[in-house]
Formats: sequence, C-alpha cells, structure tokens
Amino acid sequence: MTEKLKALWQKLFGDPVRAFGVVSVVCLCSLAIAPAKNHFSEWRHYQHGYLKMIRNRSEANTLRRHFDGGIQQIWLPDLGVVDRCTSCHAGLKEASLSDVPTQPYRKHPVIPHKLDEFGCTICHRGQGAATTVAEAHNSTLAWEQPILPAKYTESSCGECHRGPLPGTPVLNEGRHLLSRYGCVHCHTVKLPDGGVMKAEDDPPSLSHIADKTTREWVYAWLKDPQAYAATATMPNFKLSDNDARDISAFLIANSAPVAGDNLTVSAKPSSDPGAGTSLYGESFCASCHAVQNAAGNLVGGTVGPELTRVGSKVKPEWLQAWLRNPRVYDPATGMPHYRFNDAQVATLSGFLQAKADSDLLANVHLDPATPEQIAHGKRLVSDYGCASCHEIAGIKKPENFAPELSRIGSKPTTQLIFLPGMQHTLPDYIAGKIKQPRAFASGLKMPQYTFAAAQIDALTTALLSLNERSSTLPSTLTVPAVPESDYQPAGKAGKLMTDLACFSCHRINGHGGDMAPDLTWEGSSVQRDWLVKFFKNPGTLRPALIRRMPRFNLSDEEANQLSDYILTAYQNPAVDRDSMPLSGYPQGQVELGKQLFYGKYSCQGCHIVDTKNDKGYVGPTLTQVGSRLTSAWMLQWLKNPQSLRPGTIEPNRAMSDEEARAITAFLMSQKGGKQEVAKK
Amino acid sequence: MTREPLILALALLASLEVTSCVRRSEAAPSPKPAAFGAAIVESSGGKQFAQTGATLPQPLVVQVNDEQGNAVAGALVEFSAAHGVSFDPSEGLTDSSGQLTTNVSLGAMGGRYQIVASTFDKSHKQVELRVEEIALDYQQALGRHLSDQYCDRCHNPESSAERVSNYDNLAVKPHPFTEGEVLNKMSDADLTAIISHGGAALNKSALMPAWGNNLGKNDIPALIAYIRAVSDPPSRDAGPVFVRK
Repeated sequence: MTEKLKALWQKLFGDPVRAFGVVSVVCLCSLAIAPAKNHFSEWRHYQHGYLKMIRNRSEANTLRRHFDGGIQQIWLPDLGVVDRCTSCHAGLKEASLSDVPTQPYRKHPVIPHKLDEFGCTICHRGQGAATTVAEAHNSTLAWEQPILPAKYTESSCGECHRGPLPGTPVLNEGRHLLSRYGCVHCHTVKLPDGGVMKAEDDPPSLSHIADKTTREWVYAWLKDPQAYAATATMPNFKLSDNDARDISAFLIANSAPVAGDNLTVSAKPSSDPGAGTSLYGESFCASCHAVQNAAGNLVGGTVGPELTRVGSKVKPEWLQAWLRNPRVYDPATGMPHYRFNDAQVATLSGFLQAKADSDLLANVHLDPATPEQIAHGKRLVSDYGCASCHEIAGIKKPENFAPELSRIGSKPTTQLIFLPGMQHTLPDYIAGKIKQPRAFASGLKMPQYTFAAAQIDALTTALLSLNERSSTLPSTLTVPAVPESDYQPAGKAGKLMTDLACFSCHRINGHGGDMAPDLTWEGSSVQRDWLVKFFKNPGTLRPALIRRMPRFNLSDEEANQLSDYILTAYQNPAVDRDSMPLSGYPQGQVELGKQLFYGKYSCQGCHIVDTKNDKGYVGPTLTQVGSRLTSAWMLQWLKNPQSLRPGTIEPNRAMSDEEARAITAFLMSQKGGKQEVAKK
Repeated sequence: MTREPLILALALLASLEVTSCVRRSEAAPSPKPAAFGAAIVESSGGKQFAQTGATLPQPLVVQVNDEQGNAVAGALVEFSAAHGVSFDPSEGLTDSSGQLTTNVSLGAMGGRYQIVASTFDKSHKQVELRVEEIALDYQQALGRHLSDQYCDRCHNPESSAERVSNYDNLAVKPHPFTEGEVLNKMSDADLTAIISHGGAALNKSALMPAWGNNLGKNDIPALIAYIRAVSDPPSRDAGPVFVRK
C-alpha cells in the first residue's frame, strides 16, 4: 500500500517540471469551480426551462421581452424583504400563463397587492434570499422559516390587517373561534395596538350553581360536556370519575343562593306541548337557542346555549324564576327580560322541562359529599384553572394561567417538542396541539376540544398571524380593526334597553350584535305610531327570515318610553325631515312612482307591495311601508341606501331626485289594511 | 492494525444509516382486500368547492359494486390525485354498504382537481372512477363571498330553513352560476355590463338590478372569476385540470 502511494507521489511530483505542471492543473481546476457552480446552479436550470416553455406559445415574443435573465430580486427595506423567488418563478406577472399547470412558471393568482410592493415571503414565508429550492422552501441550514402551506396563507394577511376582510374567511373564522371558544381566557393574546383579545363566550358564574342545577348534572357535564349539548363550547377535561365527583361536590357546597331565585315553583308547569311549542315559536326563542330536531339537525341560533336536553339540567323553580326575569340570577346575561305572565311562565317552563334526556343522568349515582372530597374538589378547581373562565366564589381568577400566545407564530421549532411521526414545522405543531393537547406530555392541563378539521385549520391560521413581525410592524404599515365601542344608552330608556338585551341582536353606534338591523339611525327611519305598535306586537317585516324580533310583552308606558328615546336619540343629521311631506302627493307622482317601481327598477323582484302579484322575498315587505317609514328617510334611502346603512345589499341605483320622490310618493301611499298589521 | 477499529466504526455507522433509512421508508402496509368488485361509483362529494389547500366541506364517498350492481363490502379502494392533494384516509376497505369515505384536502393552486378512486376486479384489473373537485384561489373565493352576499338568494334555487331562495318568486328565472351552457357563452364584458348596469342593459330582465354602485372595482372581476370557476361544463377560463402524473 505504502509503496503504491510512494510510486504515485514519484510519478506526479518526481521532477520539478512535472510538479509545476500538476500544481498548475490543480490550480486551474479549482479556479473553475466557482464559475461552474454558477453555471450549473438550480435557478439557471429553471430559467432555461422557462425559456423553453414560452418558446412554443403564441405570445412567445412578448414573454421573451418581459423576461430578465440572472438573479432577480425584490428588495423592500421597509418590510425587511429580500426576495429572489422571481429568479425561478419567472412567469408570476404574466397574465397569459394562467393555464400553466405547475409552478414555478404559473401566473400568480389575482390578489389585492402588487408583487413588487410586497414581495413573496411576506405572505408565503420561506427564505427569500435563497436561490435553491431546498433552502428557499424548506428550513435547512438551521433557518427557521419554511414555506407556509397554502391552507394557512391567510395568516399573513392578518399580520397587517387586524380586522376581518371579505377575502380572508379562514382567518376571520379562526379569530372568531379564539374568542368564541374562550381560548383567550387562559392564553393571553396581546394585540399589537396595546389591547388584549377579548373572549366572546359567556361562561356562567358558578357561585350560585346549586340554584340552577343538580350535582348529578354538574358531574355528567364535567365528564362530557358534548354529551349534554353537541354545541357546548366547554371543553372536555378528561376528568376521572373521582375528580369529577369531587369538583361537583365542591361547586355545589360552595354555591350560595341568590335572593329571589330559589322560589318554590310559583306556577304549575303546564304539560300542554301545543301551547308550549307555539309560545316558544312566538317568543322567537329559536333566534338565539338551538334545539336538535327529530332528524338530529340543530335548528336555531348560536347566541344562547343549546336547549335540546335543558329539562335534564335545570331545576323547575330556577327555570321559572329565570323566565320571569333572568337578570335576578345573572345581571349581565344576554337573555332579554321577557315580561311573561304566570300562565306563560307555566307553559314555557313545562315545555322546556319536557326537553329531557333520561339517559344523561341514568348512571350517575353520587353519595353525599365528604369534607375531604370538597377540599380535594377545591384544589382541582384551582389546578385546572376553572376560575380563568368561570366566576367562582372564593377562588381568584388566575393570572396568565396558560402560556401567552401573542407571538406564537414566531416560536422557533427548536423550542418545540413534536409527537412521533409529526412533521417538524410550527403549523403542524399548533394544529396537533389543538387537535390532541394532552398527547404531548403527561400531566398537561389543556382540555380536549371537539373541533372539526376546518376549524383547526382556521385556528392555526389565526395563531400563525400572531408573530414577531405582526407585533413589531410600525403602525403606518398596518390596517387597524374597528374597535367595538362601549356605547350605552342613557337614562330610564337605556336601563330598559339593557333589560331587554337589545344589544344581543341589534347594533347601535358601533356596539352590539349583528343578527338584527343596525338601529343607529332608527329615529330618522320610522314613524312613532308604528314603532309603539311594533313594540307591543312585532309583526313580520321579512317573511323569509326565521330569526325575528320577539314580543317582550311590554306595557304601554314602556313601549312609549322606548319609542320616545329612539325617536330622539337615533336621528341621522343627513335625513332632513322637511325634504318630503308625509302625505298629499299629486296622483301623477304616485302613478309615476308605481311605474318606476314595477318597470324600470323592478323592485318587486325582492319586495312585496301587492300581496296578490308580488312575491319578492329578499327585502322587507312593503304593504304598509307608508305607515312604517318616514318619507324623508325613504327619499334619502332611495338615492343612496349605503349612506344610511353601510353595507346594506339594497342596490344603489343612483336615482335622480325626481324618480326617488315619485317612488317615495308611491310607497308612502301603501298604508296597509288593519288585518295585515296583525297578520304574522 | 490501527485501521481495524476505524473500519469497524465505519461499518457500524453504515449499518446505523441503513437501519434508520429502512425505518424511515417503512409505510403502513395496505389492507388485504376481502372481496373484489366490478365497478366503482360516486355516492357523494363530487364537484365541491373549497379554498386552495383547504379540506372539502363534505367528505368524498365512493361505492364499489359487482357485475349486478350490488354493493361489495371489503374491497380495497385507493385514492390518488395530482401533487398537493391529500386524503384522509388515502386507501381502505369498503364498509358493509360497499362504501369508503375520505376527507380530501385540495392543492395549493386554484383550478379543477381530478381525483381518481381505483379498485381491482376479480381478474386483478384496475377499475377507476374519476371525480372533479374545484379549488378556489383568492379572487374566486372573494367572488364566492360576494355571491353569497348579493347573488345567491336569487341565482341559487336551493332553499334552506336559514335561507329561503327567491328563485321561484321571480317571473323571469335567473341563471344559476353553475349553468355553463349559458354563462360560458357570455363574454366577461357582457357579464360586467349586466352586473354593473342590470339586466336591462343587455335587454334582459329588469328584475336583475344594477350593482355597479354597490360593488367595488375588484368585486366584479372577482364575481366573474367565481362564475367561471364553478360553471358546469367548465368554462374556458376555469383554469387547468390538475391530474395525477
């Protein structure tokens, strides 16, 4: 072996001339390495491929003219972008290349931003400066940022856009779920504007829970909340039988009665299911509460809790007191205070009490609680952070119970512990953690949620948008969310509006729900007589809607008080009361309005004026609109509906003053008969 | 003499490498089919729309039948599609009603994805079913949002309890957006004119209002992109069909 090596050495460097020759060749070869590496680089390969592809296309010359060889770069110092992606992705800006089936040559889909102004990595992540596929797309060389899978791309929109956008349904849904499922009770999410993300669920106080329900129900609920209601947002803590027994023991023992809430059953619950169904329907309970029907489908809204098995939960005396006035038990509830009389309370409580599931509590047999169990239950309640969501007398709300998520989207993968078989990327980690939180280690406290695959994707998208860049972007580069106002109506009428929970459905001055119309300008819109009558007996305005204004059984005084307040406080300065008289229009004007209504503008497609011929179901019925709306409002509405209610789908037809006046005159003559007023 | 440990160490390293490679490439074995069918048909879940990369709202359900058209339980079905499409599960045996259900996530690019479900018949010949699913890119998804908001109440004849269709109430019936036979024959310019100026602009029904003042400058192209994406038969502008290579 050594002899052979010696011979080789002799052969190459035996005499000076030969040695000089060999060294020169080696030098030359090593000098050629750099240009060769450049010549055979990956991006050149893709550029050659691009040129080859466009050669056979009909617009080849144009594409050739647009093409620049060499390394391409988008450099945006403000955003910290150095993106060389366009070196290989050569056709991104070519509209005609939308039929190319694969990247890197396909046209970029249409988005609201220009590539030259935003670069690529702002949305897709990855390493912008890299010029090989592996380094740009994957995380090699200990770079942290692999390319973002397509289903999470909207997270990047959320870095700058802090409010919902029409084009980002997944991000909007994810942010909504973070609030709706109360994630932010335990996990603080500091928003870049200085606030914190607020929860939208309304976890009930547990300080008086023994008034409302039994220990057996609490036990069954703790074991499996979704067995009681499929839509429950309470997660499953996977408690052992003993732990659930002890927590239920503590909660019941810790509960103090609310005065006026533990009344004996004051009205005998009626067992007339027909009357119950119709009162439940007339009161539009289904606008907020869902019930599973015989086919297993949920019917109803999601504002309040599902009522499919409510009879197995609530105590009859509590239910009656709650129906009489929910604010006694929970002053801040979103449930309106219907002014039900005794007979109605009896009917409705009987109807709801019958919605029971005998299987739910069939196997729950609890012995009376011992002091040890109660003490252990209290410890568990602290350990699991129950008070992060629920108010519990004697237990302080823990601060920062779970890790803060304000910058979770930038968490380095080196700090993560992955499950076996899992891809080592941050999105997979977040999705996996939401899907099966307890799998990551023993002794973890995060409970099990029952999210669908699409919901997990949405939540992951929203969480990925909370990252280093989103929290450090200068405010000039961000689009802030419109904050919810803290508007509260004043005085007696204001108290009444809180009592009736108007804001659970209606929005006024930037505060409240979105189920029912925005009432910010309602005072300019409606006539007082109609409003009073409507409060007393809300008729149907939109026949196709199943969510409607319930009848609160208001007294005359209350209806008048509310109407006066609305007419005074909710006036739009742009609606000039003198712009159009309430009546006394020339016949010709009314006739012209009718022609425009049925002809040029064909309003009958969506609205009904003549119940015999018109069928339109999209907009409100206009048979009695002349008694309902003011002429000034109608005139302004016809000219520019969005100026009065931004975002309304009423087409803005930019009518001339003459046309708008004529149609107003025609509609104001639709006063409606008495029988129609009362009709549902 | 001193090299021996070195060689030993090298051999050890190599064997380690080999074993780790073997473990990595180890995939769950396909289940053994208990029966064979003659045909494979779609039960539900074809022609759905989802955003690029997203999971389809409904799972894809296929059924394996024998020569007489009876369902075959225990037949092996495999799903495959272009790169980027994922299935959960990607293969399995049909259940007692001869069906196999899979959740489909579409690829990252907008367009139509051809999904192939295949099974083997008794003579071990492959029988295939091809189904198309539609991935909406940003613009098309925005169009769908706008369509839900402004168009769907009249243009979609399907009613639900939550949303009653106005289609039957209209004297002149609107074209559902999937109606490719009609809509494919209209140019983008004509569709833009009808959406912005109303049906009357092209001597069509005045029941179609003018939306030009409601919609922003990006909205009408988005709506048209959506209409093109969902039309059946496919429009020329619907983009490529992604098929398995």
